Amino acid sequence: MNSVSDTQPSVGDHGEETTRRDFIHLMAIGATGAAVLAVGVPAIHQLNPDASVRALATKEVDISAIDIGQAIKVMWQGKPVFIRRRTEEEINAAGETPISALKDSKSRNENLTGSEEATDTNRVVKPEWMIVVGVCTHLGCVPLGTDEGDSRGEYNGWFCPCHGSHYDIAGRIRKGPAPENLIIPPYEFVSDTVVKIG
Amino acid sequence: MSHESTYVPGSAIERWLDKRLPIIRLGYDSFGDFPTPKNLNYWYTFGGILSVCLVIQIVTGIILAMHYTPHVDYAFESVEHIMRDVNYGDIMRYAHANGASMFFIAVYLHMFRGLYYGSYKDPREMLWIIGVVIFILMMATAFMGYVLPWGQMSYWGATVITSLFSAIPLIGDSLKTLLWGGYSVDNPTLNRFYALHYLLPFLIAGAVILHIWALHIPGNANPTGVEVKSKKDTLPFHPYYTVKDGFAIVVFFILFAAFLFYMPNSLGHPDNYIPANPLVTPEHIVPEWYFLPFYAMLRAIDFNFLFISSKLGGVIVMFSSLIILFFLPWLDRSKVRSHRYRSTAAKLWFVLFVADCVFLGWLGGQVAEQPFILFSQLATAFYFIYLLVILPLLGLMETPKELPKSISEDVLSNTKKKAAISATPEPVAQPAE
Amino acid sequence: MNTIIKTLITATAFFGLSVGIANAAGGETKELKHHHWTFAGITGAYDKESVQRGFQVYREVCSACHSLDYVAFRHLGQKGGPFYMEKCPEGFPSTQDCRQPIANPIIKALAAEYEIEDGPDDGGDMFMRPGLPADYMPGPYANVQQAAAANGGAIPPDFSLIAKARHHGPDYIYSLLTGYEDPPETITIAEGTYYNPYFPGDSTSLLKPEYVDDEGHVLEGVKVPYGGVLKMKAPLSDEIVDYADEETPETVEQYSEDVTNFLMWAAEPKLESRKRMGMISMIYLFIFAGIVYWSYKQIWSDVDH
Repeated sequence: MNSVSDTQPSVGDHGEETTRRDFIHLMAIGATGAAVLAVGVPAIHQLNPDASVRALATKEVDISAIDIGQAIKVMWQGKPVFIRRRTEEEINAAGETPISALKDSKSRNENLTGSEEATDTNRVVKPEWMIVVGVCTHLGCVPLGTDEGDSRGEYNGWFCPCHGSHYDIAGRIRKGPAPENLIIPPYEFVSDTVVKIG
Repeated sequence: MSHESTYVPGSAIERWLDKRLPIIRLGYDSFGDFPTPKNLNYWYTFGGILSVCLVIQIVTGIILAMHYTPHVDYAFESVEHIMRDVNYGDIMRYAHANGASMFFIAVYLHMFRGLYYGSYKDPREMLWIIGVVIFILMMATAFMGYVLPWGQMSYWGATVITSLFSAIPLIGDSLKTLLWGGYSVDNPTLNRFYALHYLLPFLIAGAVILHIWALHIPGNANPTGVEVKSKKDTLPFHPYYTVKDGFAIVVFFILFAAFLFYMPNSLGHPDNYIPANPLVTPEHIVPEWYFLPFYAMLRAIDFNFLFISSKLGGVIVMFSSLIILFFLPWLDRSKVRSHRYRSTAAKLWFVLFVADCVFLGWLGGQVAEQPFILFSQLATAFYFIYLLVILPLLGLMETPKELPKSISEDVLSNTKKKAAISATPEPVAQPAE
Repeated sequence: MNTIIKTLITATAFFGLSVGIANAAGGETKELKHHHWTFAGITGAYDKESVQRGFQVYREVCSACHSLDYVAFRHLGQKGGPFYMEKCPEGFPSTQDCRQPIANPIIKALAAEYEIEDGPDDGGDMFMRPGLPADYMPGPYANVQQAAAANGGAIPPDFSLIAKARHHGPDYIYSLLTGYEDPPETITIAEGTYYNPYFPGDSTSLLKPEYVDDEGHVLEGVKVPYGGVLKMKAPLSDEIVDYADEETPETVEQYSEDVTNFLMWAAEPKLESRKRMGMISMIYLFIFAGIVYWSYKQIWSDVDH
């Protein structure tokens, strides 16, 4: 079917006028595209954390009741944070682990840049206190090892039962599918007994 | 005028797809090459505008639903959370709230256009009927949406409108309890309204597809009311009408943006910024502006009629005002479609009808006192008299003007007139049209 | 279709005329004082200093009875808020971003001045701690029953949205606050209530017996006073709040203006960003319309229509 071409000359069929005409149509199409994109920004950005979520970034924890060798779980930004008070032996053992034995050699410490060597010193603020985000870096399960009687895995740290990742006493991945060491959240000691996370 | 397909698959992939699912062909035939009368004016752009409105409402609505909590204890708070904390939340909510108003502005103009040009007449009755179904669905959706912020107007609007159903004899009270899911408007009511408010827009979208289908079977009507006779009368939908509709949509957006950014609360009611309180009724309950004409009709019936109580009477009148629209294609007995070729009397009555609808809208916003009740009664009576008596009689009595032979002929004679005017050597000042 | 346009114009004109008779019913309030607000208009923005002073007025006067439930301390320090900081004061560590309300020192100090109930702690008890920027402003009453009991049965409305929850909210607040006057001769008002011509109400029922007939109808020639009575006595008086800025007059008018600015900000904290976005959108849409119109003219240039 030759539609309307017998009565209507098709658009842009006029020699030198063609460029100018095409230009304006392209402008119109471009302006439409830009408008749709501009509307897309708020439509997507609304999914990001809102102002009330962003404001809840810090949490203060009283750690005076934790005995040596014990650990607790606290909630921070909707995630568990493990706070373990390590024994002398545990600190020594963690310090002696060679970097070459580690699966992930980066410190993953948000108080530092995160890409230093994952020595035990680079994983703590005070050696006695091991503070990590309790989310397995594999697929987000919460590793065991904090509560009394939990399995602590082959390296005496934490063990993720979902897919069998073993972390050592410094929260470093030693065996299993997880790719990275447990994240160290930003934190500071407000006093000897209070730590502020975030 | 359902036309033969002119789609030629351009590439191997298109040919492959065309054999299996001719979706590109469908799109091309419906919105690409679809033969459209060449004399459509800007009043015919509201269909495109309405599609855009529906998309805006669905997109902003889904975004709001991601942050909203349909529970009486949290609904108001979650709306404030959207307004204050969610990224661009204030824009999203104002766009949704004002978008509803824009939707109704467009749908009313779309309907009056159909009325003026007789677009509903044979063979487009189904097109009109589906349109009325869409309109009623829109009203239901808008009403339930207004309840969700759970402010004072939400709560009392919901109470008043659902109480309408209690006017139905015998089953009324049980029906009301069923709607509420309790003995007053409360959490179950809010929850189900939320679920339905989310569902109905998709029903509307489905009905819109039927509406477009029903449009594409006979093809577009046009301002002359003369059917398309030949290829000369039409233009392919794209690019001619995509660009014309596109321009109208952008202009419409300017109006929308003016409300959205500069007076987002002007069409709402301040009382809805007060959390719902079942112990205190606002002094003056008014629905959103787009319901006011129907609200006026509801309140106009303050007398018992035979065995019908005033309450039931109001409900009957209000719903009849919508139901009657379904029968419009058969009530209009005119020999021609378009008012352009109808008698001056017909035009005047049409003008009065439009004015009557606007007047009813104004009355719906007034307090239920005299003289407004009397005015409402008169205006309601005129609404029905026009549709049931005047419209049929006019069609039978009047002698329409001569119709142009075809769309092209009409267009050509207009162009000649214009040319004649501009060619006058000493142009006489023309009165503004 | 021209007829339709003419109709609409006529209808609109009629509509406009008829609004005149709309408010014929009794119980009128006095016409509001029309103040010029800096936040009005298409480029409107808040007068930050006025909003800050208004917050001080709210805090020292209004907050004794009126809550601000939807406003958190952090809101005061976000962009568009009265205590927003573009950059940190001298001597702050460079890691701090004071544009973030949670790092804003004014907000932190302000929040810490409030005691917030938190908990339960490990022992299951609630406890009090200093406020943080994320906390919401604590209200004066534990619940509505307490609020009603403390105010002779009237519940002081929450102030978060008051500027949007009344017709012409800002003008209304300003008029009400500056509009208290002695009750007219013709009415008697009960102990603990206060007359204000801007407060919605119907003072017909307050008319002295000599102005009404036996059935309670107002006698001919008697004018029912504007407005009504409320249970809040005039909350502001000159010099009740001490402004740090010596230039700003400490008068009821100034306090009212400042607190109105603050309440409007509390109701519409994102007004400035919305209007800014509106300006960009409008400019874009006008250019866009021009381009599409040009394109439309080109496409249709060869068609008789």
